[in-house]
Amino acid sequence: MSLDSKIPSGPIAQKWDKHRFDMKLVNPANKRKYSVIVVGSGLAGGSAAASLAELGYNVSCFCFQDSPRRAHSIAAQGGINAAKNYQNDGDSVYRLFYDTIKGGDFRAREANVYRLAQVSAEIIDQCVAQGVPFAREYGGTLANRSFGGAQVSRTFYARGQTGQQLLLGAYSALSRQIGLGKVKMYNRSEMLDLVVVNGQAKGIIVRDLVTGKITRHSADAVVLGTGGYSNVYYLSTNAQACNVTAAWRAARKGAYFANPCYTQIHPTCIPVHGDHQSKLTLMSESLRNDGRVWVPKRKEDCGKKPSDIPEDARDYYLERKYPSFGNLAPRDISSRSAKEACDDGRGVGPGGRGVYLDFADAIKRLGRKTIEDRYGNLFQMYEKITGENAYEQPMRIYPALHYTMGGLWVDYNLMSNLPGLFVIGEANFSDHGANRLGASALMQGLADGYFVLPYTIGNYLAQQKEKAPSTDHPEFVKAEQEVHDRLNKLMSIKGKRSPNSFHHELGHLMWENVGMGRNEKGLKEALAKIPQIREEFWKNLNVLGDKEDLNNALERAGRVADFLEFAELLTLDALERKESCGGHFREEYQMPDGEAKRDDENFAYVAAWEFKGVGQAPVLHKEPLVYEEVHMSTRSYK
Amino acid sequence: MSTSNSMTFNIRIWRQKNAKTPGKLVEYKLDGISPDMSFLEMLDQLNERLYAKGEEPVAFDHDCREGICGMCSLNVNGIPHGPDSQVTICQTHMRIFKDGQTITIEPWRSTAFPVIKDCVVDRSAFDRIIQAGGFVSVNTGGTPDANALPISKEIADLAMDAAACIGCGACVAACKNSSALLFVSAKASQLNLLPQGKAEKDRRVLKMVEAMDKEGFGACTNTNSCEAVCPKGIPVTFIAQLNRDYAWAMLKGAAAEPKATVGGA
Repeated sequence: MSLDSKIPSGPIAQKWDKHRFDMKLVNPANKRKYSVIVVGSGLAGGSAAASLAELGYNVSCFCFQDSPRRAHSIAAQGGINAAKNYQNDGDSVYRLFYDTIKGGDFRAREANVYRLAQVSAEIIDQCVAQGVPFAREYGGTLANRSFGGAQVSRTFYARGQTGQQLLLGAYSALSRQIGLGKVKMYNRSEMLDLVVVNGQAKGIIVRDLVTGKITRHSADAVVLGTGGYSNVYYLSTNAQACNVTAAWRAARKGAYFANPCYTQIHPTCIPVHGDHQSKLTLMSESLRNDGRVWVPKRKEDCGKKPSDIPEDARDYYLERKYPSFGNLAPRDISSRSAKEACDDGRGVGPGGRGVYLDFADAIKRLGRKTIEDRYGNLFQMYEKITGENAYEQPMRIYPALHYTMGGLWVDYNLMSNLPGLFVIGEANFSDHGANRLGASALMQGLADGYFVLPYTIGNYLAQQKEKAPSTDHPEFVKAEQEVHDRLNKLMSIKGKRSPNSFHHELGHLMWENVGMGRNEKGLKEALAKIPQIREEFWKNLNVLGDKEDLNNALERAGRVADFLEFAELLTLDALERKESCGGHFREEYQMPDGEAKRDDENFAYVAAWEFKGVGQAPVLHKEPLVYEEVHMSTRSYK
Repeated sequence: MSTSNSMTFNIRIWRQKNAKTPGKLVEYKLDGISPDMSFLEMLDQLNERLYAKGEEPVAFDHDCREGICGMCSLNVNGIPHGPDSQVTICQTHMRIFKDGQTITIEPWRSTAFPVIKDCVVDRSAFDRIIQAGGFVSVNTGGTPDANALPISKEIADLAMDAAACIGCGACVAACKNSSALLFVSAKASQLNLLPQGKAEKDRRVLKMVEAMDKEGFGACTNTNSCEAVCPKGIPVTFIAQLNRDYAWAMLKGAAAEPKATVGGA
């Protein structure tokens, strides 16, 4: 099967307009005859479900949390980018497009990124109309801040809770449609399989997490907005229940998984404190606007109190290495620099895995009140977790897994190679290339859900001649049986280990061997070990409790089982991509100064993997990345 | 990693098979707890040890573990979200407890939040209140430029104070009447304060209060316990705001039935 990205012809600035005109439409009166399943209720899923229902489609929306308001988008802190040029600092659609392409290290699809930049401004208008309380200036206009990888100020924010406010905006729109009866919402419900009928995605199998009941749901199209897979590393900034199951189940049914090795390590997280840690907490990257990152110049100083280390004994390494971007260097570069400093023995705090983020200069320059206004909640959070006051001593930060750029392969219409299956937000692969810029995840999730999918799904639905299949169709019966069999298998092993212990073991292996720095030896070692852990899992797992009941252990077991298959693909992709780009850093491929060394000649493609069975080699399909507009250059933030 | 000074606790935690079976407090001794662990990591430890003994782990709701998703919902020593102020239980760390202390852990207690299992409750009543009116009736697309409508910083900040609500339900759990007014007033005030939300202000408060009453939440008698436990420090002044908005809407005669109120005031 060849990969057709369906990028419209014509100049880049006109592609989306032209495409919107060329797409088939569903007559307003006919929209109610179509049904759409949306899995996930985050920024992408929630905004899509609401927008589709407003258009008149019959929507069913599923989330595993107890309310759609709790999807993990809620935890995004810093902001959302938009090419509004409100600051008159030279921003434009083209500049946002270019920054995103460059930030992604020239591994994203040009046409998608341009469209993202085009609709970005509309997102802000939409959110304001919904009552999202963005930060304002005294004159009543919207405030902006800067973010990594950009030299203009284009990030809109709502204190340190931008994700929460945008999600609650989408949630309120979704709630309105639920109240109107246009969306049927299923809370505490987990998709456990995709149903494919005659080569088209036509439904899902769902487990009610309270009663354990398994149900079949049929529709004309299925939309996955199920987020990323950072939790394959066990410790990440993601919520506990974030998982790859929905995407992986779709991959097992034939949807290609693209660029799984593109993972993002966020530079500003609170360092790990011990073995029993369940998650890592992110401190918004916006802190780098005013905080200065440093470590001691000399190893001997690492044990000293930071206030006892004089100015000339400190290494402000980002300012030193990247004078023009300084502390706002992109995430991948900042993260790797922190690792280098710690590998060099100059890390601070317990275990020496930490660097300082120091606000002393900013407090001196702007006053404590201003810093409190900007980051008060983050400083409070830091103190609750570490017991340290960051107004008086520097924060300690360290990189952590945060976001995954890879995801299910989609074309320009956000449809996967499986017709009828649409993938939006973090769950797809298309817009961020090998590295995502700060404040761009919220932008992409809402762009997909509010302003792209509602058009492109109509084009697909308008061409559907047959009605959605009945849930009695043999494919539904078969898929449900497979779900039952798998759950029974998980319950019946009755071994000795908890699902959590396997997750922990897998995550540790992934962080050590497939983390910030990757090399052939480590990747091969991981490829040898993952199947062993998987084998042990299916032999020695113990799931207590009942299947027909609320059972956190069973939920976890199913997700870990999928991580154990998916991890192998991620690692293989990292091994096969013999170059460094963005968040994927292969130690064998670096410049003399330690920067990532891309290989455009051999690797300027999207790696889309076709599942062939557990333990079987997947088949690689390549989508060449053609840059018509932007000249591929070596990224420099110096 | 200050695991050297490990702590021991006597955990009394609510166990309940399901909504139909009565529950009870069960005691567990738990040692080897680091003061740097979060409260939920302490419960993870308890569950891992129960697991090792073949006992079913304790079910409790949690997800983001950074105080923003609003999923965690534990009553600790009689206080929703425990003794630390302005913080969810997932962000509470064991260093604030005393070594050897007895810690009693229960689910939210309210008839509007029935127990599903152990410490997990059903808070879908909150969703239904939002569905009744906690929104601005605007469809996707066709909205004016975001800067076309200046909003003073003071109003935007005040709306943000209200919007910080995470919908956890601690306010209900703390109230002797199980009143949901802090939750309802926070959402209604956020939207009523902003010019975008003014058009359907009357209709909004009437619909939301009606839905709240229908769900079985009690009335507010101004004990302010809700504000005291709110992890986001949302003040009761929003309740006063809601009462004002509600009174005006009633006075203006905007009926709660949608057919009688197209657009509100």
